[in-house]
Amino acid sequence: MIAGGAAPGFAARLRRGFAASDAAPIYGALALVAAISWGAIVLAGGQINLANTLVRSVALGLVAVGQTFVILGGSLDLSVAYQVSVTAVMASYIMQGDPNRMWLGVIAVLLIGLAIGCANGLIVTGLRVDPFIATLGSGLILRGILNASFDNFAGAVPKEFQVLGYGALGPLPYAVLLLGVVAAAAWALLRFTRFGHHLYAVGGSQETARLSGVRSARVLIGAHMLCSLGAVLTGLFLVSRLGAGAPWVGPDGNYDLESIAAVVLGGTPLVGGRGGVLGTVAGVLILALLDNLFNQLAVNTFLKEVLRGVIIVAAVAIYTVRSVRSPR
Amino acid sequence: MTSAASSTAPEWGEDRLPPRQRAWSAIRGAAPIFLVLLALLVAIAIRNPNFTEPSVFLAFLKRATPLAILAAGQLFVVVAGEIDLSVGSLITAVVVAAAGLIDGDPAKTWPVIALLFLGGAVVGSINGSITTRLGVPSFITTLGMLLVLQGGALLATGGSPRGSLPDNFRVFGRRGFEGVPAIGQLPYSVVILVVVGALAVALLHRTTFGKQLFAAGGNPRAATLSGVDVPRVRTFAFMLSAISAVVAGILLGGFAGLSQNAGEGAEFQAISAVVLGGASLSGGRGGTIAAMAGALTLEALFTLLNLLGLPKPLRDAVQGAIIIAAVAFAAYRSRQR
Repeated sequence: MIAGGAAPGFAARLRRGFAASDAAPIYGALALVAAISWGAIVLAGGQINLANTLVRSVALGLVAVGQTFVILGGSLDLSVAYQVSVTAVMASYIMQGDPNRMWLGVIAVLLIGLAIGCANGLIVTGLRVDPFIATLGSGLILRGILNASFDNFAGAVPKEFQVLGYGALGPLPYAVLLLGVVAAAAWALLRFTRFGHHLYAVGGSQETARLSGVRSARVLIGAHMLCSLGAVLTGLFLVSRLGAGAPWVGPDGNYDLESIAAVVLGGTPLVGGRGGVLGTVAGVLILALLDNLFNQLAVNTFLKEVLRGVIIVAAVAIYTVRSVRSPR
Repeated sequence: MTSAASSTAPEWGEDRLPPRQRAWSAIRGAAPIFLVLLALLVAIAIRNPNFTEPSVFLAFLKRATPLAILAAGQLFVVVAGEIDLSVGSLITAVVVAAAGLIDGDPAKTWPVIALLFLGGAVVGSINGSITTRLGVPSFITTLGMLLVLQGGALLATGGSPRGSLPDNFRVFGRRGFEGVPAIGQLPYSVVILVVVGALAVALLHRTTFGKQLFAAGGNPRAATLSGVDVPRVRTFAFMLSAISAVVAGILLGGFAGLSQNAGEGAEFQAISAVVLGGASLSGGRGGTIAAMAGALTLEALFTLLNLLGLPKPLRDAVQGAIIIAAVAFAAYRSRQR
């Protein structure tokens, strides 16, 4: 089907798409961080383990790609950490280690995720509750229900399901493949579909978008549902690694605040309307590379936290100073 | 009930409202948080008649004081159009640092308290400067500060808090004036609550600084054009928020003792309290007494859910639902006007 002449056109379109996404400088930063951290690891006599770094970024990456949608629309989702927990617990509770119930579990948690995302979207758009408060509240509700129903690991996932967490296609772990496919799909959705363009419009100015005939509420509800799908995928990945889900897997990973940090690190401002998924992936990889570096250098856990705080703020400061100097 | 009120409204002329609606509109004029708080306090009193005794009620106020002070501080930042996520870990850092530095020696209490306030002012001015001078969104700045303070507190103690808090430090959160007529003991906390509340009201609602803060949060560009140094007033707001966290930390350290989770989740509770009190997270709107009433409301809610015997996890769920409902109701009311 693909004619010889179409291939360069497609490649050129990809390149243009990449340039237009504003992600280019972030990938420069990523390359710099990779060079510095790998240089430091080699100098310290450690080993570069790219596959390991990538697998570690999958959990944050999936939820951060989802978070990108809501932030682009000028909203945000603080409930993702508990959505991850809900997914992990419900998946292993429904599967009960039985391979025949695997798909039942996957479909159930996807539906639960979509319902939570839809509820978040409706609270934000229909009840006009500030997204910070809306998703803080829905997160508390999820936490309450979850902790009241489960106080430890619930059920188990079958061995077949753990392939997602541990299996690989040649040198490429399935989980990394999943993140790649999800990020590519999200990128295409934002770049080539009407929904994507509308989402940027809503994030830029909800009122202008509405006056131009965009149904802002529907677009934002859609963004919240996609965000929840990201959290569900993270939950599924985590439960396939752990073998069973527990209520604390989400909050322990700090996925709420860290996913927002990764998105902002990737160049999508919190006010929305600019940026995209490619930047987010770079933001996640930067955090994973630094994590890997600190682990290899055996940096104290608490010092790691301090450094991560400083680096997130410093990186965002560099972006804003840059964008002030060269206004678009 | 509310939808019925709105659907009948057009039928009546604006000049002659029936008495029932007139009463309803008078109630709508008051900040709804006070009614919610009153309803919760009545419900607690019905469930536990002891609650009306001065000592029991004062004990409730004592428990609510750290959150109320934190809410008053957070309100300055929220009115300025920013947010401060670092107060919870600042409380933890204050408690851990106080225990480590004083280490049970009563002679060191006052110098260390002075040092804590100085540290709080520095933390606030760093938050403010990075946000206003470098243009980093305050969500990210204070998230970074949260990680730095949390990691820093644990780093300094090696993971488990060391030292101890002497009695003359813990007295603020624990004890009070004895032998007060009619009420017996008047907790220091409650006195501090009243004093801090009065100062905050005066500063936000009675001074030029307060007016400039509302202007900076409502419309920064207009404020700048009318001569307000927006970065400066915002930075000052962050300092006040951090200092409120130091006060809350000293009281919590006294009340609950040394713990490495002293301030866990306090930032979200303070922000919830402020928003329950009618402040807008986009800035430019809010009231100090209402924000502190929001904090008392949260604490009353915890007390009531506790009395009803609900397990702790379900309390979270109810709290979440009530926060959403209250803010949704406020948004509905503001659309009706």
